[in-house]
Amino acid sequence: MEKRATYRQWWIGIGFAIPQIVLIFTFFYWPAGQAVYWSLTLQQPWGGGNIWVGLDNFREILSDPNYWASVWRSIVFAGFSTAIAMICALLLAVCVDRELTGSRLYRVVLIWPYGIAAPALALAFRFMLAPQAGLIAFVNDVWPGIWDPGLNGTDAMISVIAAFSWKYVGYDFIFFLSALQSIPRSHIEAAALDGAGVLRRLVDIQLPLLTPTVFFLLVIDITESFQDSFGIVDIMTAGGPARATELMVYKIYFDGFRGLDYSGAAAQSIILMILIMGLTILQFRFIERRVHYK
Amino acid sequence: MLKKILLATVAVVLTSAAAPAADKTKFDFWFGLSGDLEKRVQDVCGRFNAAQGDFEVVCTSQGNYDAALQNTIAAFRANKQPTVVQVYDVGTATMMLSEAFYPANKLMTDNGYDIKWGDYIHGISSYYATSKGEMFSFPFNSSTALLYWNKAAFEKIGKTEAPKTWEEVEADATKLKAAGYECPVAINISANESWQLLEQFSALHNEPIASKNNGFDGLDAELVFNKTKFVKYVTDLKKWYDAGLVKIKAKEQGQDMVQAFAGGDCQMIMTSVGDHGTVAKTAKDGLSWDVAPLPVYAGVKRQNSLVGGASLWVLKGKSPAEYKGAAAFLAFIAKPESALFWSTVTGYIPVTTSGFEYMKAQGFYDKAPYKGREVAIASLTAAEPSAVTRGIRLGGFTQIRAEVGNGLQEIFSGKSDVQTAIDGIVTRGNAVLRRFEATYKGKTLP
Repeated sequence: MEKRATYRQWWIGIGFAIPQIVLIFTFFYWPAGQAVYWSLTLQQPWGGGNIWVGLDNFREILSDPNYWASVWRSIVFAGFSTAIAMICALLLAVCVDRELTGSRLYRVVLIWPYGIAAPALALAFRFMLAPQAGLIAFVNDVWPGIWDPGLNGTDAMISVIAAFSWKYVGYDFIFFLSALQSIPRSHIEAAALDGAGVLRRLVDIQLPLLTPTVFFLLVIDITESFQDSFGIVDIMTAGGPARATELMVYKIYFDGFRGLDYSGAAAQSIILMILIMGLTILQFRFIERRVHYK
Repeated sequence: MLKKILLATVAVVLTSAAAPAADKTKFDFWFGLSGDLEKRVQDVCGRFNAAQGDFEVVCTSQGNYDAALQNTIAAFRANKQPTVVQVYDVGTATMMLSEAFYPANKLMTDNGYDIKWGDYIHGISSYYATSKGEMFSFPFNSSTALLYWNKAAFEKIGKTEAPKTWEEVEADATKLKAAGYECPVAINISANESWQLLEQFSALHNEPIASKNNGFDGLDAELVFNKTKFVKYVTDLKKWYDAGLVKIKAKEQGQDMVQAFAGGDCQMIMTSVGDHGTVAKTAKDGLSWDVAPLPVYAGVKRQNSLVGGASLWVLKGKSPAEYKGAAAFLAFIAKPESALFWSTVTGYIPVTTSGFEYMKAQGFYDKAPYKGREVAIASLTAAEPSAVTRGIRLGGFTQIRAEVGNGLQEIFSGKSDVQTAIDGIVTRGNAVLRRFEATYKGKTLP
């Protein structure tokens, strides 16, 4: 028979849960509910009144081809930046795990990028990637005009992806490293005795055991790349050139905070929320099946 | 006993220290300038606090214009708003519809001040006035766009004067290019440059930006600059860009146009008179330069250019004592002596005729580094403002400027031709205007 610790009074459990519920309600459900309400109205920014418009805000947004372009762009951004961040982080973690020279130093240094505020990071990348004066300017000396994020949309997108994934390499690295170190040494030593080389051991033993971490980071990175990118975009490109880096979250920030269109921004953030929820559900349904937790 | 004496002394010291402060009425002033300009605003606040003993203004920078407006709105909704707030030029329409302010003209009359609104330079006051000419806010930091030109480079091509027409600019730029200058004219094409390229250009040529007199006469205004001289202007700029006469200088490329001009790399730029001080301070050794009014196309009668900057609004919901303080503060800023101080420590221009005259009488404009800034006043007063050059009164103008930036970037990156791109800006800009109109359904601009 299963033994369970239970409380005699029914209210004790609820009492313990209340602080959490209150916190979640005040900081998540209440603002989210407010956003839903705003998205169904036209709000005057100064609070002078609002007009109920039903789903008009959504209709207007979804019928705008530029909006769909920004959705597609956000997905491309999420895909590339997540892939780059995770692959780089995994390679670095494997190297550090193998105790190569200097790995103790890397272990400390590699987390730092995640601690840098997005605007500072974006400013640094903007200087480095400036086509006429930055570190990268030499490529334009060799092949004139090959790199110009100021006018070339693809170059601008590459710039923001580089900056964003650089930030998340550090974050992903810590998770990968701790996961690698929790793999029992005996597995790897046994494989080594059987004559498996470094790559063989990585592919057949370490990677399969890492899948829970890979899955966790995939979900986190994709979610963050939809939400956490506006600071970088704002400083580096301001959504330009010609909307080439106008991601969904940047548009929300711009319309809401700069343009004072609170209702439009609220509707857009609800669409973004639904998109992220949808993507996360997809990931849990189709990718999690391949994850081995034990 | 000793303890009691000590306590008594402490109490006396505390009350005497607190007493004068308690007599003063404190009120808040939020503004959007940062960096060096933030210190200059604090200087103005310090001067006001030192000049009288009844009020104390507490000045707080919010970082930038957008943040100043957002934070004020958030504070207003929570009933914690400052008494005075600085709102940038394009926020004027939003402010006028907000029902959140105490009109400046009423505030001053209620508190016994007689402000001579006619003393304000008309090109400046008209931007902030209602369609009926009433002043709801005080023009504060003001600037306009000028042509900065490199005198030494022009001497090489045998010219001692700045070009007055765009035809001249083209000829001069061609000669400069032939004389070995890589970058005769520098421009930028982000949302901010809508100010020089679209707004100033349209005013100087007496061309409308939007119907209903640029929006002054109603929220149902529509953008019209896809049918004005602006199209020809952008076509020319693109042609000159393709010919290498015009270069794009932006921070994304490592050097913005002011840096490019101050470093001697580019020979002509169009930027605010507010950059006059920056260029003077950062100019390469021996750089010989001057400012001139922006060029117009040949055969066009020059109109006034538009003012840029911000005005000071007084918000609702404060106490009569705070309003008294705000009125004293605004009257203090409006004094000619304050204008001289403000223009000396910043690049901004005086906003009143009396301030301008006072500064001229003090010899402000006679010597470097301030010599040349009077051109800004000349440009603003080149003609009596017409119905379409008194200002721009459009809602969501920040988003419209962003659309202008996007459209220009499409053109200069070769993604679409000039007319298509400008039509696109107008279509999307009109959508922003319709949204704004729907948000304020039933309200009309004063």
